[in-house]
Amino acid sequence: MPKRTDIKKILIIGSGPIIISQGCEFDYSGTQAVKALKEEGYEVVLINSNPATIMTDPEIADRTYIEPITAEFVAKIIDRERPDALLPTLGGQTGLNTAIKVAELGVLDKYNVELLGADIDVIKKAEGRDSFREAMYKIGLKVPESAIVHTIDEAKAACEQIGFPIIVRPSFTLGGTGGGVAYNSHELEELCTVGLDLSLNTEVMIERSLLGWKEYELEVMRDKADNVVIICSIENMDAMGVHTGDSITVAPAQTLTDREYQMMRDASIAIIREIGVETGGSNVQFAVNPADGELMVIEMNPRVSRSSALASKATGFPIAKIAAKLAVGYTLDEIRNDITRETYAAFEPTIDYCVVKFPRFTFEKFPEADDTLSTAMKSVGETMAIGRTFKEAFQKGLRSLEIGCFGFGGHAMFELSSMDQRDLELKLKTPNSERIFAIHEGFQRQMSIEELYELTAIDPWFLYNLKQIYDTEVLIKKIGFSGLDRDFLRKVKQLGFSDRQIAYLTKTSEDDILEMREKERQKPVYKLVDTCAAEFEAYTPYYYSTYEEEDESRPSEKRKIMILGGGPNRIGQGIEFDYCCVHASFALREIGIESIMVNSNPETVSTDYDTSDKLYFEPLTREDVLHIIEKEQPNGVIVQFGGQTPLNLAVPLAKMNVPIIGTSPDSIDRAEDRERFQKFLQKLNLVQPDNGTARTTDHAMEIAKEIGYPVVVRPSYVLGGRAMRIVYNERDLKEYMTTAINVSSEHPILIDKFLKEAIEVDVDAISDGETVVIGGIMQHIEEAGIHSGDSACVLPPHSLSKGTIEQIKEATRAMALELKVIGLMNIQYAIKDDILYILEVNPRASRTIPFVSKATGVPLAKLATKVMAGKTLSELGFTEEVHVDHYAVKEAVFPFDRFNNVDTLLGPEMKSTGEVMGLDKSLGLAFAKSQVAAGQSIPSEGTVLFSMRGDDKKTILPVAKQLTELGFSIMGTKGTAQYLNDNGVTCTKINKISEGRPHILDKIQDKQIQWIVNTSRGTRTTEDSYSIRRAALNYHLPYTTTTAGAEFMTMAITTLKKQPMEVKSVQEYFE
Amino acid sequence: MKALIALEDGTIFEGISFTGSGETSGEIVFNTGMSGYQEVLTDPSYKGQIVTMTYPLIGNYGVNPRDMESKTIHPTAFLIKEYQDMPSNFQSTGTLGDFLKEYNILGVEGIDTRALTRHIRVAGALKGIVSTEDLDPESLIAKAKNSPGLIGRDLVREVTCSLPYGWTQDGPKDGDNFSTASPGKYKVVAMDFGLKYNQLRLLADRGCSVQVVPATTPADTILAMNPDGIFLSNGPGDPAGIEGVVETVQALLGKKPIMGICLGHQILGLAYGGSTYKLKFGHRGSNQPVKDLATGRIEITSQNHGFCVDLNSLDQNEVELTHVNLNDGSLEGMRHKKHPAFSVQHHPENAPGPHDSEYLFDRFIEMLKA
Repeated sequence: MPKRTDIKKILIIGSGPIIISQGCEFDYSGTQAVKALKEEGYEVVLINSNPATIMTDPEIADRTYIEPITAEFVAKIIDRERPDALLPTLGGQTGLNTAIKVAELGVLDKYNVELLGADIDVIKKAEGRDSFREAMYKIGLKVPESAIVHTIDEAKAACEQIGFPIIVRPSFTLGGTGGGVAYNSHELEELCTVGLDLSLNTEVMIERSLLGWKEYELEVMRDKADNVVIICSIENMDAMGVHTGDSITVAPAQTLTDREYQMMRDASIAIIREIGVETGGSNVQFAVNPADGELMVIEMNPRVSRSSALASKATGFPIAKIAAKLAVGYTLDEIRNDITRETYAAFEPTIDYCVVKFPRFTFEKFPEADDTLSTAMKSVGETMAIGRTFKEAFQKGLRSLEIGCFGFGGHAMFELSSMDQRDLELKLKTPNSERIFAIHEGFQRQMSIEELYELTAIDPWFLYNLKQIYDTEVLIKKIGFSGLDRDFLRKVKQLGFSDRQIAYLTKTSEDDILEMREKERQKPVYKLVDTCAAEFEAYTPYYYSTYEEEDESRPSEKRKIMILGGGPNRIGQGIEFDYCCVHASFALREIGIESIMVNSNPETVSTDYDTSDKLYFEPLTREDVLHIIEKEQPNGVIVQFGGQTPLNLAVPLAKMNVPIIGTSPDSIDRAEDRERFQKFLQKLNLVQPDNGTARTTDHAMEIAKEIGYPVVVRPSYVLGGRAMRIVYNERDLKEYMTTAINVSSEHPILIDKFLKEAIEVDVDAISDGETVVIGGIMQHIEEAGIHSGDSACVLPPHSLSKGTIEQIKEATRAMALELKVIGLMNIQYAIKDDILYILEVNPRASRTIPFVSKATGVPLAKLATKVMAGKTLSELGFTEEVHVDHYAVKEAVFPFDRFNNVDTLLGPEMKSTGEVMGLDKSLGLAFAKSQVAAGQSIPSEGTVLFSMRGDDKKTILPVAKQLTELGFSIMGTKGTAQYLNDNGVTCTKINKISEGRPHILDKIQDKQIQWIVNTSRGTRTTEDSYSIRRAALNYHLPYTTTTAGAEFMTMAITTLKKQPMEVKSVQEYFE
Repeated sequence: MKALIALEDGTIFEGISFTGSGETSGEIVFNTGMSGYQEVLTDPSYKGQIVTMTYPLIGNYGVNPRDMESKTIHPTAFLIKEYQDMPSNFQSTGTLGDFLKEYNILGVEGIDTRALTRHIRVAGALKGIVSTEDLDPESLIAKAKNSPGLIGRDLVREVTCSLPYGWTQDGPKDGDNFSTASPGKYKVVAMDFGLKYNQLRLLADRGCSVQVVPATTPADTILAMNPDGIFLSNGPGDPAGIEGVVETVQALLGKKPIMGICLGHQILGLAYGGSTYKLKFGHRGSNQPVKDLATGRIEITSQNHGFCVDLNSLDQNEVELTHVNLNDGSLEGMRHKKHPAFSVQHHPENAPGPHDSEYLFDRFIEMLKA
């Protein structure tokens, strides 16, 4: 069946900002799908609020709306664009939920828009717990005993039947938000309260816990002729009870007989048919009882997912691309397999390697949060490793995580030898982010596989394999450096040991091991990922390393440049950097240079085999990268685009004579090294806040005293403000020094004067060494002191004077030229009392590059790449800063709803996972859009609660006045209410929680408050203001924690009273 | 224990035996299934072959009695990347290594099986030798060259049952199955060219009493049993090298409904007057896409064959093409237009592999009803 010709224009909904459980895998999938549909001649309209995505690049879709992903906005776009069809299965749960709402509003019927892939009934059947279970019973499949409840009482009653422990799963939420395991009725009540609230339809399922059962996933595809194929099977190493996003997972399934696997395959096919997903991909999750093989269906996602992205990278089969083609009517046997060229998409990939995925956690950012893993996802990113054996892939995966360990054992991190045996057993029993290290410690204590299995429920097969790694570790230690002969080295490398591990175990250096390997000629070879286990010739150069005989890499004679990616996403280093890497690759293609991508993150566009001329799916460590460089001999290597990960490799690589292009590693160091940086600024007559560098606690105290509190403290060489803190007094500093020195012992602690109430400005610029062009100037909305990644910002600056802007431009130019920047540079400025301070200079791609590029229509990362490849800006025709006549507002999105007990207050340590952009001619509307896009509703009437710290009361007065004029009632806590009343604003006093009832929480629960403005000082927040913020979060109330934020919100409300938000495509902005 | 694998074209691979010492030769083929190694090993179609699995980790779930597809192991050696000596599965009754040792079959690990597979893909199926005893490459290469190979060799004679047997709930049972106390709805005679038990299981599941007979059983004897249908099983080797069987099938054609699988299908092709040819490196795995031309539906199939019926050698007035391989367009299934006979090249009985093609057994039952 050929493609459909009755539809011409297709609307695609993206997934919005990066949040936990919805990462950049949907950009990868969406970009693939949009490209596939355009290739087929369809006009594609796209909505996505996330500017850091490749899919929102103006040349990807025909019409791109960077607008909030809500049913209302989608309706507006449909009204404007009149698409024939809507493809709802590419934007994750957000895309699917929004599509349902749009349909329920009657918009699809009104405009005669067809849903492709899966219609509303299908989506509801798959997502609604009741309907899904019924469907499973109908086709003879088992699901865990359960009950659907809508109230706490129903939950308790049902629980009496099923018995504890039970799993609580809210319907229609993201990544199992609010779900969990309850062991008693108290926990049940707690989980159900949150779950009912989070569920879009106030529905929670409680079900029999299958803790300890093996967990599997199958990726299924169906075409409209009812052909069904399985793309990949995935086995979770962590047993049931841990969200699959937080599990270590392995592809393909390892511990199933063929008969068991085929049963699962049959079940998946029956499920996709019964649910009725007409075309496209689905993910089905199963549990298997290890004792007797009993099979249960857990759930099905009728859309592309995190797992489908992983499956695509694990097999080489581009699920999203094929899903898009199936959606417009092709059948599987009509679509060519890109990799083999001679075969079709109608087959099942078979792989001849083992894939291990590790979740990447960032609990270090949320020390108050519990790192226990359960059914609600907590990881922020993932890394994937490919090896010819599980052991090799497992160790490669661990070192790809970049958490300081270079494999399983053989490093000084996560040392648990002093842990009490009972605590260790607890750490093994309760899934947590460090359990793998507890297993290692278990081996060290001679615990048996049986004991470890009993505690962890991790299948013995995995434990045996880990034990083999451990035994080899012991052997390396025993044999020592002198015993490393050729055969043993080879064996050890085949088990995935890194040189760092071997060096650690033999008390030598990484260079010693490398030298030894060179002598013994033990180097990795590269094999292809080809979907077919070498049965057919493969044409896509997608490689992984291993220690074997045959090398399949084919280095070309062309001019080529290698791009080092950012590895697993984490807070502070996410999709923004991948965006830059992808652009680097695109730019190289444009100027005819071969691009070679190295990355280990399966969620990204950069690891799509389509993105670069060559892809090496490898850990970003010195060892792994050096080997690829040795093989490929690139003319240049780009380390400045992938964030801190590749940047940290700059100096080690340069030492090995690797041709790093763009700004030199020495210049990077000059900007990063505090002492050199100081001299640099002095030379240019630029000012920075008073500061010092301390290597000991005493020294730090001295410096702080000299500068005067408050001070900002942080370790050097970190990204995302890791361990950065504003310290108000000596006691806090002392405490900080004892914890922070551990963060990065090789590097000193930096202490800066904190510029209270300063305006912060971010500048991205590009330079070819002679010409410097400003890419964009962004003014932060929040005052200095909040990490730039977390603060909202406006482009162009909304309240800077002409003079200040000129001063900024001058300083930027001077610094770029002095540092001999070739490529991108980001500078953070602060302005206080008309003095321009330089806070930070980063001669590399910054987190704001995609935002600036989207806001100005200038592809900065591409231009920079070309500059780094030797072009001048004048050759590229970019010598003048672009002025726009609209506003772009960036707002950050936070994971606070994932972590109980975490304060939502912002500070110098970055905590956001993602960002959105609001774009409009009016600043008020641009800000309003950014808030809506970030999930914050904007109140149009009702009551605003103010609870302000000291000085902020004064600042907030005009805001309160204006809100009164707009018809809002004002409520305030004691001090605030008194101040406002004294100054002519009628304000009702409300009790703080400690002041007795009725208090703020009562009012919130009674829905008598529509917006909360609450500011608080320092890190030691009072109990009261903390619970107000948590309550606001739990009840989805708009809340603002800065006065500047409140001012902007009020401006947005004012503007919205006069004019509604309208939509406009990016292409129209830059016509 | 170090082992060398020598191919007739002079290529050498190195590995380590996990089953002790030995030396054995055969035709080297690769299988791309990611699971199902026990079924592969006990599939008689692999008689005389050295099998390498493209999936690198083998032995993970051990072995168990239920996954036996015949009484014994048929390949002469088993080559893998990494042997898993610690199986984990509730059904497992032993390790793969012990299983191979029990049948005296060489198992070698540590081989760059991907390189080996790529080599076969380019060079075609080759004669080879595996040895732990002779580690001199030159000597081994010479032995590989001089080894018998499969062309023209009647391997069926080596794997077919010597006496008739029936299929019961408990597995194979010697003797006459048609006269047991609870006969099935249909009587089916299965000619054993090297059959896999799952074929018998699926027939039995569909209400058939199955009587398995040796490949050399004359047509008269079969017809005298008065079956409702005749099943021609899979089997090893070159269909052109088997003695007498084509004539037997010719004599059966038109007398009773016939279903053929794999070698049975090739023999039918020869019986129809067609010819067969050797594929460069065969189809062996669980992911081969096949299209049913009648319905347009794609089925993912289990395959294991090195020879193929030549479509052009068949009289299109007599024989209709019913199934085609989507990867290379080769003939996968055919139906006789005048006689009740159909056959497929792939393995609808799977084991290992997807169950997509089991409907073909239902088709056979429909034929028996008619």
